[in-house]
Amino acid sequence: MKVWGDREELPSVIRTGTLFALRLGPPLFALLMLLTPVEALAANEALAGSAGEAVSWWVWPLVLLAVTFLMGIVAVLGGVGGGVLFVPIISGFFPFHLDFVRGCGLLVALSGALAAGPGLLKANLASLRLAIPSAMIASTCAIIGAMVGLALPTHIIQTALGATILGIVVLMLMARKSEMPEVRRADNLSSALRICGVYTEESTGEQINWKIHRTPTGMLLFVAVGVMAGMFGLGAGWANVPVLNLLMGAPLKISVATSKFLLSITDTSAAWIYLNQGCVIPMMVVPSLVGIMLGSFIGVRILRVAKPAFVRWIVIVLLLFAGAKALTKGLGLPFIV
Amino acid sequence: MTDPMSSEANNQDAQDEQLLYARALEIGMYIGLVILFITFGVYVSGIMAPAVPLDRVSTYWHLPVHEYLETVNQNHLHLAHPPTGWAWLTMLGKGDFLNFIGIAILGGVTIICYLAIIPTLLRKKDSAYVAMALFEVIVLTLAASGILAVGH
Repeated sequence: MKVWGDREELPSVIRTGTLFALRLGPPLFALLMLLTPVEALAANEALAGSAGEAVSWWVWPLVLLAVTFLMGIVAVLGGVGGGVLFVPIISGFFPFHLDFVRGCGLLVALSGALAAGPGLLKANLASLRLAIPSAMIASTCAIIGAMVGLALPTHIIQTALGATILGIVVLMLMARKSEMPEVRRADNLSSALRICGVYTEESTGEQINWKIHRTPTGMLLFVAVGVMAGMFGLGAGWANVPVLNLLMGAPLKISVATSKFLLSITDTSAAWIYLNQGCVIPMMVVPSLVGIMLGSFIGVRILRVAKPAFVRWIVIVLLLFAGAKALTKGLGLPFIV
Repeated sequence: MTDPMSSEANNQDAQDEQLLYARALEIGMYIGLVILFITFGVYVSGIMAPAVPLDRVSTYWHLPVHEYLETVNQNHLHLAHPPTGWAWLTMLGKGDFLNFIGIAILGGVTIICYLAIIPTLLRKKDSAYVAMALFEVIVLTLAASGILAVGH
């Protein structure tokens, strides 16, 4: 049996783990540190609520602003949309009902996509011709997802949300992105719809011609993407990018940009269902929106010096934490952290 | 024969409607966000009294939406039915409901963008994309209309 005598002999996995623990970014640390007192505050308020001694009205919007600000930083660094972090974390640790969290999550993801959309379209990184057929399917199915999600009992949605978030973690761990997938021949449907384009790769100045394949299969997958986006109030970037990039063969930059723009259409349809059902509380929406936007603004600046592989792990840990919390909450089990 | 997939002309074709969409989206997004932030300021500063007092909001948001609407209506609004769909339009005199103007603009801007590009697509005789754009307008309008009601 081998004995690990000194630090040099530590197996690489332990060394990597130690390094990871030591280098946990301040945003993640601050976010995790904030969540425990937030949950305690929520529990206290639930007890005090019946006696009419709830905390001051401005406390929750302020806490929400702080948490979503950190979330915005982490989301940008990890290359995910704010919605996928927002719904499991806020529904897990804040006193808001899941109905309002989903409505708010959709509006947060929608606002982020609306803000990014014009720039991405003008730079010709988001492709309108690729987005229109995908959005038609995803947005229609998002309505169905939203209606089903609002009709089902909360504990079922909470459990399914937890399972979905843990599934996203597995997807993030397993899926490999391809900067420039090889597409030998465009399929008939994408040829007929003339889904192709040219963009300039800034790092090399090269003009890249791109086209896609497996369009019918991709469109079929947008059915599931739309339903899940509507049902859980998640932005669906985590699903859009693998479908566009790995399956349909769009270059990574085009996939990420088109996915972000696509959210502005998919989330619009689902957001209207939640809005019309009364699932939107301005006191939750505006602080969250401001927090995520300011956080994203700072995140973009940190991104210039951050290490992508490391920040990807931050998001995976955070999603694992939030997914486990949502799952245990839905199943009525204790959450030990 | 020209390869349609490698032609840059295709990309240039896409530019007209794409840039038009981008411009409409940019304008709508800025208008929506600015109005949302202004109305929220009006709401929390107390310039316009809310229907649900600020210090009472947190006592309701843990409830499922149907129960929330019933309770809020019973305690504060006193309407014949809890306010769903576009009922907020009738309560714009209240600080909290005022915020829905900005939210509705953000929700409606995509419909405007699609409507804006349809003439360009028609001019190019791009019938597949005209059909898809019209379908999207119908889907989003249906979602926004409030016709699609849900019950727990």
